[in-house]
Amino acid sequence: MKKYTFTEKKDTRSGFGAGLLEAGKRNSNVVALCADLVGSLKMEAFIKEFPERFFQMGIAEANMMGVAAGMTIGGKIPFTGTFANFSTGRVYDQIRQSIAYSGKNVKICASHAGLTLGEDGATHQILEDIGLMKMLPGMTVINTCDYNQTMAATIAVAEYEGPVYLRFGRPVMPIFTAPDQKFEIGKAWMVNEGADVSIFATGHLVWEAILAGEKLAEMGIDAEIINIHTIKPLDGEAVLKSAAKTGCVVTAEEHNRLGGLGDSIAQLLVRNNPVPQEYVAVNDSFGESGKPAELMTKYGLDSAHIVGAVERVMKRAG
Amino acid sequence: MTENINELKATTFQVRRDIVRMVHQCQSGHPGGSLGCADYFVALYFRILKHDTDFKMNGTGEDLFFLSNGHISPVWYSVLARSGYFGTEELATFRKINSRVQGHPATAEHLPGIRIASGSLGQGLSAAIGAALTKKLNNDPSLVFSLHGDGELQEGQIWEAAMFASHNKVDNLISTIDANGQQIDGPTEKVLSLGNLRAKWEAFGWDVLEMKGNDMEDVIRVLELAKSKAFNGKPVMILMHTSMGYGVDFMMGSHKWHGAAPNDEQLAAALAQLEETIGDY
Repeated sequence: MKKYTFTEKKDTRSGFGAGLLEAGKRNSNVVALCADLVGSLKMEAFIKEFPERFFQMGIAEANMMGVAAGMTIGGKIPFTGTFANFSTGRVYDQIRQSIAYSGKNVKICASHAGLTLGEDGATHQILEDIGLMKMLPGMTVINTCDYNQTMAATIAVAEYEGPVYLRFGRPVMPIFTAPDQKFEIGKAWMVNEGADVSIFATGHLVWEAILAGEKLAEMGIDAEIINIHTIKPLDGEAVLKSAAKTGCVVTAEEHNRLGGLGDSIAQLLVRNNPVPQEYVAVNDSFGESGKPAELMTKYGLDSAHIVGAVERVMKRAG
Repeated sequence: MTENINELKATTFQVRRDIVRMVHQCQSGHPGGSLGCADYFVALYFRILKHDTDFKMNGTGEDLFFLSNGHISPVWYSVLARSGYFGTEELATFRKINSRVQGHPATAEHLPGIRIASGSLGQGLSAAIGAALTKKLNNDPSLVFSLHGDGELQEGQIWEAAMFASHNKVDNLISTIDANGQQIDGPTEKVLSLGNLRAKWEAFGWDVLEMKGNDMEDVIRVLELAKSKAFNGKPVMILMHTSMGYGVDFMMGSHKWHGAAPNDEQLAAALAQLEETIGDY
């Protein structure tokens, strides 16, 4: 197992804030919109640098999505910012008609996704957003795993033409990916090459997969760990290549089991190479209040649950 | 560009013929609001807008138009074709398979003249505001126009957008409401009353004008007045009083023709009231 260490923890949303500032410096057409959550989305640095390119929308997310769509007409590249729940479910029809169906170059940037939002509870902890967004034709769906990757992804989506859903979170997480990395949309990242089982992880679950990989190595299991940061378009080649090698798959995500990364991979496998798969995901339920780590354990999303899923899937594969 | 009022009026007859023929041909679509707004569309595209029929999505240096109540697509398609965005023969494909002329306006098939999809109501004002903000950022002094149904004002997003536009002094925007008092299930006053629209828009910080939407002289006068009020710190809203189905006596003033197609006899009766001034497609 390749060794991953970290010297610092930061929140992925701060990576977004840093990436937005950098994207703004690189391209004067980048504009930012926020629905009364500037501090939560870490947009202060962009606002300070480019006050005339920032639009405070108030608590009016539907209007924010429509205004963002309209701003693309004339060449702006709007980044909208609010919590994942208010970035998707609340404004689904606005995104569907005005952005996705209309093919508008809007970057929907969503913080506080999933259970790790923590104490605010289930009203704010959306676990369905990946599914909602990936069902929209033409929508790119990205879920980043640490500060550096989020910063790189934010810069990359500014350079990409088309609607994007960029999902990140609230809690501080180890920084274990390279600074100044080049983020390739739609290209999976090989975290650790292995032979016995394929673990496909996205978002905060990538670090948990690394911890699980270390534990599995102690148990004599050689796990391949692949980070699927882009859920759509899925890097089918990387997934199928790994599944063919190991013959069994575990998917790990901070999302409902229905409609997330696991389902995208299952669909790919069933059409090409049906091998046993186990899901590490929320089992079709809402979340609740609590500390992020407590919730991840209670809802089965930590490294111990990944280890358990690996043992089950390897047994099934025989 | 047509300057003469009589020519504009003659064009409205042809556009109204197009509308009833298109809806009859596919036996679906929304003739009522389309007929009611024909004068506005003809005035806009043949007199008011500074626009280029060699269509470019970004519309830099041009006035832009957004249709929020997308179901009145027949009138927009007719006027776009008649002003040269695409051939009038394409109107015959309205609502048919493999057509660019979709039931509701869309960009996916790249029909010239359309900049965003509409149909799901309440979204067009936000899009128009966004386009207006981009014009300001780009130091582009042209204007953005938008049209909305009155029933559509029941959507909450409209009022989010209304608040935003005045707060941010989006004063390169001239919006219009087709106040025909009708919606699918009946008169707006019975379905969900809109109250005092002038007072509402004024309270939201807009400059409000009123217009007789089926009187070409008044449509031109008020649209020109609205242009003179642009860049004065406030968005402009025109309450356009129309009669749904205007121009065809048996369709006028009733919600029953909001989304119903005429049969062969009704088509003949309608066309008998609408002179063929330019030539049918």
